[in-house]
Amino acid sequence: MSVLQLDGVAKNFGAIEALKGVSLTIGKGEVIGLMGDNGAGKSTLVKIIAGNFRPSSGRIFLQDREVTFHGPLDARRHGVEIVYQDLALCDNLTAAANVFLGRELTRGFGPIRINDYAAMNRRAAELFQELKSETRPKDLVRQMSGGQRQAVAIARTRLSNADIVLMDEPTAAISVRQVAEVLNLIRHLRDQGVAVVLISHRMPDVFSVADRVTVLRRGTVVADKPVAKTSPEEVTGLITGAIEHA
Amino acid sequence: MPDQTTASVEGDLSKAIAGQTQTRLSALFAEQATWVFLAAVICAVGLSLMTDTFATPQNLFNVTRNFAFVGLVALGMTVVIISGGIDLSVGSVVCLSAMVVAIVMNAGYGFWTAAFLALAASALTGFVNGALIAWLRMPSFVVTLGMLSVARSLAMVLSDNRMIFEFGPDEDLLFDLGGGSTFGIAHPVIALVLLGILTSFLLKWTRWGTHVFAIGANERAAVLTGVAVPWVKISVYVFSALMAGITGILEAGWLGGVTTNLGQSMELAVIAAAVIGGANLLGGAGTITGAIVGAALIEIIRNSLILLGISTFWQGAFVGSFIILAVAFDRIRALRSTNL
Repeated sequence: MSVLQLDGVAKNFGAIEALKGVSLTIGKGEVIGLMGDNGAGKSTLVKIIAGNFRPSSGRIFLQDREVTFHGPLDARRHGVEIVYQDLALCDNLTAAANVFLGRELTRGFGPIRINDYAAMNRRAAELFQELKSETRPKDLVRQMSGGQRQAVAIARTRLSNADIVLMDEPTAAISVRQVAEVLNLIRHLRDQGVAVVLISHRMPDVFSVADRVTVLRRGTVVADKPVAKTSPEEVTGLITGAIEHA
Repeated sequence: MPDQTTASVEGDLSKAIAGQTQTRLSALFAEQATWVFLAAVICAVGLSLMTDTFATPQNLFNVTRNFAFVGLVALGMTVVIISGGIDLSVGSVVCLSAMVVAIVMNAGYGFWTAAFLALAASALTGFVNGALIAWLRMPSFVVTLGMLSVARSLAMVLSDNRMIFEFGPDEDLLFDLGGGSTFGIAHPVIALVLLGILTSFLLKWTRWGTHVFAIGANERAAVLTGVAVPWVKISVYVFSALMAGITGILEAGWLGGVTTNLGQSMELAVIAAAVIGGANLLGGAGTITGAIVGAALIEIIRNSLILLGISTFWQGAFVGSFIILAVAFDRIRALRSTNL
């Protein structure tokens, strides 16, 4: 059974064809490296999966059921989570408050409800432990390293037990040591059966963590193969167009 | 031994939860309110030693009552500033609210009807501010600057720019609420304490409070995580206007008469109180204790100028310097922490 299946998804912006019939299947616990040059259609594709855009044509299936998303919050309700490139964290809140932002746990009677910090800290600690991260729930995000901040953003996707997590350039702006930390976080997500779409420019990251690499060029999928059966050189050729198709 | 494993996992978890980089004491001294409080205490002690007029029950009563009005408005201002905005209309809303109470009571209606209408008028100004800021995405500075002019103008239109000093059958109740005292504490001070506790509670313990801080720090993150950002913003400006409205009612009772220059340029003292107390004009930070302590410090300085026989013309220079100093301290701290 596939977690996510795209069938001939196309997107036009006026006369511009950003995506021309993309078909793609992702299975449970699979990590896909989505690669392509700027303007190849990566971000359009991600925005369609995340519910920001409606496709002009084509169909989307989650767990083999056809779905239509009305905005990103709707996609989230269907089990699609996204980790934004800038992580969308609030520096002045604790790690736990960031994990639960917009979905705070409360307790009380009827309409009088107060935040249940104990429960939120506890659940956040469990999530960080699952991710093997040493992030502490009560620390302010302001004081955290890049790797810990990634852990907070990723833990957020685990709250609702998402089936699929989209990660937009998670390793673009952090140090080498922290990149290793983030790749480990992705492996832990995969070990829990989450499908991950990793959008990245960094060849070594994709080859170390992804099961499959999907290359987009000018709005079409020009390659979709297991990383074991390709090489960084071939993928580079596919991205630039030196290799037509694979 | 499965039991042992669970126990050690439990132990790890609670250790992780208990772990925090900042200790309580260092957090207390990182808080601007602490330093401002110390400054206020030092001023007060100094004045008590230098003059024999400061530490008299009557003067202390006056000082606390005077800063209560600025403090009350600063509660709302602090919430607005935490959310990343500013509300310049508060002084005019104080006037509008006082004028509505005065006119309605003057016409022979009871206090509660008048107070309800005054608060409704205040809330409406806040709603208009918030709606323009949240939905049309206009800068709060511009919108509330416009409302500063509109609200005071409305107060003039309503009263035909007359002074109102007769408040109908419930006059005594109004005068007691604003000018009276219980157990030697002026009623506006009691209002400040109660509403201060309420505001602190809302900020710390409700989802609304968390969302106000989140919007001030990173509005886009709040939108992306599903926070109802426009509604939170509107509620913030309504809250600020309601605080100004309550202050207007109490000031009407204290003064025993309402003119259209009530609350003129009060917004400056209020913003000063909030900022001196640690509210960050860039949003995302601020405390209620800070705002109250900030208001107290301003009033103590004002009072000391009078008691020491220094021209009150110097007051603006002192208050202004304190705002700049407070922001400068904040910058220095920010620079230090980025260098680490």
